[in-house]
Amino acid sequence: MATEAKGEAGGLVFHPMDQFIVSPLFGDGPVGLFTITNVTLWMALTIIAVIALMVLGTSGRSTIPGRMQSIGELAYGFIYKMVEDVAGKDAVGFFPYIMTLFMFIVFANFLGLIPGSFTTTSHFAVTVVLALLVFITVTVVGFVKNGAAFLGLFWVSSAPLPLRPILAIIEVISYFVRPVSHSIRLAGNLMAGHAVIKVFAGFAAIAAVSPLAILGVTAMYGLEILVSFIQAYVFTILTCVYLKDALHPSH
Amino acid sequence: MEGELAHIGAGLAAIGSGAAAIGVGNVAGNFLSGALRNPSAAAGQTATLFIGIAFAEALGIFSFLVALLLMFAV
Repeated sequence: MATEAKGEAGGLVFHPMDQFIVSPLFGDGPVGLFTITNVTLWMALTIIAVIALMVLGTSGRSTIPGRMQSIGELAYGFIYKMVEDVAGKDAVGFFPYIMTLFMFIVFANFLGLIPGSFTTTSHFAVTVVLALLVFITVTVVGFVKNGAAFLGLFWVSSAPLPLRPILAIIEVISYFVRPVSHSIRLAGNLMAGHAVIKVFAGFAAIAAVSPLAILGVTAMYGLEILVSFIQAYVFTILTCVYLKDALHPSH
Repeated sequence: MEGELAHIGAGLAAIGSGAAAIGVGNVAGNFLSGALRNPSAAAGQTATLFIGIAFAEALGIFSFLVALLLMFAV
């Protein structure tokens, strides 16, 4: 498909999905399990950025916070309040995990907006791992905290008795579909947004519509900044919701 | 021929994205109409708004998943 598009004069000179190709950083061999690729590079940069913000933000603490300290405190307070409000006071023990998730996703999304960079969270392989970790954590926590009573999550005691078996089947399906929707929401939103930007950029090669195309790229970029943050927020808040279900399984 | 049919199917699955858009619009619109009636209670409900949007969006994501499977796995 990419080779077809290259031939057309004045049309797309690149394929919109080319930006998601995983390639080795050094040389060009096959991509194995331990090959250092551009994904590895941008994930490492994400982690470095998170650590830099949190360490530099808290090292020179002052009563009147500087820029770094303000952002660090803002992020900390924002997530702490979210965990407390959505998942409940007894879920505060999971705050470090949820904070890590949020910071990683939000930084990966924003670093992916730098032109020429690579968006790690636009790959299902990355988000599925994040979502599966949440799913496994929540299931294990649910069974450890409540024992067999955790299965009460699937038995809706407020519904009429004849309906409960049917509802139980639906609840079980929706429980196991959680990691699917959780991961594909993040990756799908980012991938689609970045692909749309590239499609608009492809139209810029046609002189007649290039001002419109540049306007479109700018508008989509603005929308993507919003989407990057909202998707990280949604991923985190859903983690809190799932955690609340695990800690208090009764409906 | 089968590959082309799969592409048509993927295009049809994209209708689901439009349906999800209607759902998300419903959630956000109703939130806004409620929030304008009682702005003091709105701030506490933004989390609920995003959870509602996420659940409405989830079913659109399934149609997107079907489209992806038809495009690349069939």
